[in-house]
Amino acid sequence: MSGVRVLVGTKKGAFILTSDGKREKWDVSGPHFAGWEMYHLKGSPADPNRIYASQTSGWFGQIIQRSDDGGKTWFQPGTPAGESTTAPDGSPKGESNKFVYNTSANGGAPLTTHQFYDGSQHPWEFKRVWHLEPSLSDPDTVYAGVEDAALFISKNGGKTWDELSGLRGHGTGPQWQPGAGGMCLHTILLDPANKGRIFIAISAAGAFRSDDDGKNWKPINKGLKSQYIPNPEAEVGHCVHRIAQAKQKPNLLYMQKHWDVMRSFDAGDSWTEVSGNLPTDFGFVIDVHAHEPETIYVVPIKSDGEHYPPDGKLRVYRSTTGGNEWEELTKGLPQSNCFVNVLRDAMAVDSLDRCGVYFGTTGGQVYCSADAGDTWAPIVRDLPAVYSVEVQTLA
Amino acid sequence: MMVRVELPAHLRALAHVKGEVSVEVTGTVSILSVLDAVEKKYPMLEGTIRDHGTRARRPFLRFFACSEDWSHDPLDKPLPEEIASGKEPLLVVGAIAGG
Repeated sequence: MSGVRVLVGTKKGAFILTSDGKREKWDVSGPHFAGWEMYHLKGSPADPNRIYASQTSGWFGQIIQRSDDGGKTWFQPGTPAGESTTAPDGSPKGESNKFVYNTSANGGAPLTTHQFYDGSQHPWEFKRVWHLEPSLSDPDTVYAGVEDAALFISKNGGKTWDELSGLRGHGTGPQWQPGAGGMCLHTILLDPANKGRIFIAISAAGAFRSDDDGKNWKPINKGLKSQYIPNPEAEVGHCVHRIAQAKQKPNLLYMQKHWDVMRSFDAGDSWTEVSGNLPTDFGFVIDVHAHEPETIYVVPIKSDGEHYPPDGKLRVYRSTTGGNEWEELTKGLPQSNCFVNVLRDAMAVDSLDRCGVYFGTTGGQVYCSADAGDTWAPIVRDLPAVYSVEVQTLA
Repeated sequence: MMVRVELPAHLRALAHVKGEVSVEVTGTVSILSVLDAVEKKYPMLEGTIRDHGTRARRPFLRFFACSEDWSHDPLDKPLPEEIASGKEPLLVVGAIAGG
């Protein structure tokens, strides 16, 4: 019987929520990595038991964890528990935590500067991994989006990491700047229909696309308008919060920008605003129904200064027309005194019929709708602040 | 020299150890040589005490020896005899910050 596994990253550990296809009764395991900030966990589409996790700390830096049994046990890929801590060649196995920008003359890019909050130039410094995106076909290949913004790849199951430095070396870096959360590469989309095509998004630089497996990149921000940069229609500098792809129509992309909900029919070459009748078009998450490419979901947040739902009512908005016309979804969600946020990586959909939609809040709730958003119920109510939600649909 | 080191709880969990660790240090016993020995014995801690790239102490970690703060001393400065002899542990301490 089919089921789902929901991977939840929080401010103080990771949690795994499992259910059968009805999505009514849930088993909760965790906290895994108690006390650590778990920015993101994601399973391999090619091997659902393979899960990668980003464990991080302001004190101790970045750790990569991996599970090969669906989240029951974990290890650092470079240093499996109980195994020798030295590789056969004598080198240490702590390499899986090592994210060093590639500045080599052979394929690297010089370590330049980006714009800081005050407009001055600031050197690139690695801080943490925000997002892990496993390959669609190879369980041992996984991409990592990091702060300060760059894209890394591991082709050996997370044991070692190499920067795809063409992005950081694109040349527009001095115009990139950190958002409130830092200058993070937070979205990685691997195109299922076009081999070698990758979309990424950086706050605050914008969206970029590569058509050659990450070697070369082009900004795809035409049509975005951002009043907080000197040229509102600049090529880069936009605070893109999240992009999502309609899997059945790979050129159809949606974006939740700092303000504005946007749509692209041409793989990001141009964008049009589709905020329509939303009560506010500020927000962080956006996602697409698993089977209906024009059905999308956002959670409007009051403003950039007030990161909670308007009027204290937690409402998901759904459009079945690819934007512009939105309906509020409230059944099962708190409609008074609710002042949580929903962060950019904290919404996901399963591929069951009907499509399940999930999101987590900074108040520690994870909500599930097993009927494409019509009704909602909390799976858990009292976790630490939720950073990320991913879901695996299990056969 | 067998040197005792007390690590923060999160790092003990990563290294799969409980309580203090002991590491063999050859030559001058300094913070540098002790950290090298710790990372050699527990390579999963590489990058957690010192930055992978710069090798600088992580800003929210401090080093205490014999009730003195050594965080800003030269890394190759010889540690007190009490540390070198194993009588006292070198403390790696997480700063009191945040929740």
